[in-house]
Amino acid sequence: MRELSLNILDIAQNSISAQAKNITILVRASGGELTITIEDDGKGMSEEFLSKVMDPFTTTRTTRKVGMGLPLFKEAAESSGGSMKITSELGVGTVVTASFQIDHIDRMPLGDLAGTMTILIMAKPEIDFVLEYAVEDRSYKFDTKEIKSILDGVPIESSEIITYLEGLINDNITQVNGGAVI
Amino acid sequence: MKTLAELNAIREKMKNQINNRESVTSSDIRVVVGMATCGIAAGAKPVFAAFNEEVAKRNLTNVKVTQAGCLGMCKLEPMVEVYVPGKEKVTYIKVTAEAAKQIISDHIVNGNPVLKYVIGNE
Repeated sequence: MRELSLNILDIAQNSISAQAKNITILVRASGGELTITIEDDGKGMSEEFLSKVMDPFTTTRTTRKVGMGLPLFKEAAESSGGSMKITSELGVGTVVTASFQIDHIDRMPLGDLAGTMTILIMAKPEIDFVLEYAVEDRSYKFDTKEIKSILDGVPIESSEIITYLEGLINDNITQVNGGAVI
Repeated sequence: MKTLAELNAIREKMKNQINNRESVTSSDIRVVVGMATCGIAAGAKPVFAAFNEEVAKRNLTNVKVTQAGCLGMCKLEPMVEVYVPGKEKVTYIKVTAEAAKQIISDHIVNGNPVLKYVIGNE
């Protein structure tokens, strides 16, 4: 993985596989620390599965017995002076949180977060996605529920809408960044 | 700076178009991009975006670009499968955004698979 947005995309794909109806992605840069949270209301994990979920040889995939998504995200966090934790409850959902030291030399850039959001929307348009993006005291909230209510039945995954949404998210992220690149 | 007000205009424009793009029918060409950890790490995200961009640019309403999990051969990712009705599935490997555009023009539009990216020809 070359940017944290790809980790976010990857972890959120697990939420989609877990039949989540709502997936919330929180990105907050404050006081020198970057925190990324991916929260879903999917089927959750049993304590037993949760205890071995960081093992690369634990996976839900069917083609291979290797699952690298969470270990890679953890590695990305720990190599930049941060940490990752995961909590989950069967039938309730899963929360993955990772923290990073923003100015650590080995921290990957956040990258194309807008592209990650639109790819997730195209993967499962019926899921409601929320992105909350905050830098210090400035913040932006993107919510597909709000978009869908404006669209009034026009499919959110249509290419015209996706192009527009990517621009919308990018513009707002740039504004929240206030000149910084995270 | 884009605002939500613009979305109203796009919606009105689209409501006036006859739009049958949501449902996949048997005559549709399907492009499936592997988007598991292995695919994403190898660069599947820009590949998926390139396919969508090219399909939209050429207004190919009979082409559906979708995502799948791991297609099974992680070291050959990004992998893409193209299903043209009545023809055998074509599996592409190590696809780039540039290759995606060529696959759309040569294979999808003109019916000639791009052999240098087809599995087995690497």
